[in-house]
Amino acid sequence: MNAPQATAASTRLTYREACKQALREALLSDPRVFLMGEDIGRYGGCYAVTKGLLEEFGEERIRDTPLSESAFVGAGVGAAMAGMRPIVEIMTVNFSLLALDQILNNAVTIPHMSGGQFAIPLVIRMATGGGRRVAAQHSRSLEGWYAHIPGLRVLTPATVEDARFMLKGALADPNPVIIFEHVMLYNMEGDFPSDMKEVDIARAKVRRAGRDVSLITYGGSLFKALQAADALAAEGIDAEVVDLRVLRPLDTKTILNSVARTRRCVIIDEGWRSGSISAEVGMRLAEEAFFELDAPLRRVCSREAPIPYAAHLEDACLPQAATIVIVARELVRPS
Amino acid sequence: MTKKVHLDHAHLLHLLKAMIRIRHFEAKCVELYQAQKILGFLHLYDGEEAVSVGVMEALTQDDAVIATYREHGQALSRGVDPKCLMAEMMGKLNGCCRGRGGSMHFFDRARRFYGGNAIVGGGLPLALGVALADKMQRRSAVTACFFGEGAVDEGEFHETLNLAKLWRLPILFVCENNLYSMGMAVERAEADIDFVHKASGYRVAGEKVDGMDVVAVESAARNAVDRIRSESDPYFLECRTYRLRAHSMFDAQLYRSKDEVEAWRKKGPIVRFQTWLEANRLIKPEELATIEQDVDKEIAAAVAFAEAGPLEPVSELERFVTMEEVPS
Repeated sequence: MNAPQATAASTRLTYREACKQALREALLSDPRVFLMGEDIGRYGGCYAVTKGLLEEFGEERIRDTPLSESAFVGAGVGAAMAGMRPIVEIMTVNFSLLALDQILNNAVTIPHMSGGQFAIPLVIRMATGGGRRVAAQHSRSLEGWYAHIPGLRVLTPATVEDARFMLKGALADPNPVIIFEHVMLYNMEGDFPSDMKEVDIARAKVRRAGRDVSLITYGGSLFKALQAADALAAEGIDAEVVDLRVLRPLDTKTILNSVARTRRCVIIDEGWRSGSISAEVGMRLAEEAFFELDAPLRRVCSREAPIPYAAHLEDACLPQAATIVIVARELVRPS
Repeated sequence: MTKKVHLDHAHLLHLLKAMIRIRHFEAKCVELYQAQKILGFLHLYDGEEAVSVGVMEALTQDDAVIATYREHGQALSRGVDPKCLMAEMMGKLNGCCRGRGGSMHFFDRARRFYGGNAIVGGGLPLALGVALADKMQRRSAVTACFFGEGAVDEGEFHETLNLAKLWRLPILFVCENNLYSMGMAVERAEADIDFVHKASGYRVAGEKVDGMDVVAVESAARNAVDRIRSESDPYFLECRTYRLRAHSMFDAQLYRSKDEVEAWRKKGPIVRFQTWLEANRLIKPEELATIEQDVDKEIAAAVAFAEAGPLEPVSELERFVTMEEVPS
């Protein structure tokens, strides 16, 4: 996506560069911060996010790890318990399954189970999502699974400004935070005000205001929703686009406010429909905004299959702007 | 560099008392369990006392400990207050974790006791992190990481040993080989029952020690810790021991004979050490009586403390799901 040209008062970056600047800032501002993960050093990161950091900060703080997700994520938990501020990169969400025990059984249970004796100020970054024609084992969107777990904060930066500043908020949080970076966003360019220093990691954000229907989404689907909103505008349908940004704890208020204005809602989620974050958002609306709604809640999710390799099948599997347009149109102008 | 344990009279009595404390504490836990004042799983350390008592002697207060779900012995010998432990067993607010952890999840920040862990092998990666944090903060602390021989079959054991050696982290790996992971006998679970050999596969130096001999364990642990500090390298200690009781209170022990257990009980660490002290006239009957009385008084006080302890209000249930700050 190409946003409008930068003005003098704005900073223009790629999403990848924004992630890297955030990491650099963290390393420079706090000696307790260090990075750990597969190929983050010599290789430069599999998405080139950490390229150059090894040369700048050295091997003690930019730690290449062997293919041992459970051990290095667990080491992040232990290091956080013992006074450090580790940032662990898991190459993709698919590999995070090998570290799920450390995340689920240690990182989020220890603060509560120890009666508050220990916090786990750990940040885990991982790439997520489909669209790169790399088949089922490299294309998952499991953010919703992680959002199921009490004790985690789950962030999904979709814009360059969020990619640049969410890490800072995550590091200030005394709890384990997972940041999901959608693989299709790394090359995206965008800008934000030059004087910007931080973003709120508690709130969803209305990315486009509208009156007729709320398109509620996050991460890689945000730009599909914005594209759909453009197409709908051409038909005279004014769609509001809400970026969840934080999947846990969910900012229900912003969602409710939006739906109270538009009275119609489509939730777009790259996760599978069954048991997804879209199910949670929909149910909260059903619980708290039922009488505000002028139409049934609708969803556009990934088809309930492993993500296929073949381009036409993958496209058919993932949410697309065209589908969002159709569903939103049906809600606003039922035939 | 071999360092002998300084076996003066006071130290011998201290070792015996530390083991008896664990044994009596757990005997009381069994009573309270039968009275349904302690619930859930109860994994007893009966027979393995020499391991944690011996290893803890080698550690200073600056060192760190990662425990297992069978960690009453590890916690007591680390010096965690028996009162808080008993209250934790009974699910009370004055327990070491406000009654949220129970038997398998003791934590004590002040003693750098980084918790029991009910997931077999789950504590091993934590040890990497604690040791790494100490190293990066230029502290000379050693992390003692306890785990059973069953944990060796988990991938985390292998991942952790590899990284510990690669990053030269000051970790004392203490394998409590009690010959059974639940009902799975070690020779049925392992293609190679030589654990020191497995550690050496990651170039982690180690040795096997008689885990029924508290002096042998202490001596080996002291040498190991000295070596870890001086060479900045992990070390692996396999303590051969035996679990004299069932895996947990739900275990009917169908997988082994009573004769086998009886034979091992005769070799138990307390009876063995006490018999040796008596045979060598290193302990007087009245000294033994005093130890037992002191320990029983301590445990009675712990039970009273626990019984009197309040319950955490249900309104606090969600407290510490997320922390408001990092405790300093």
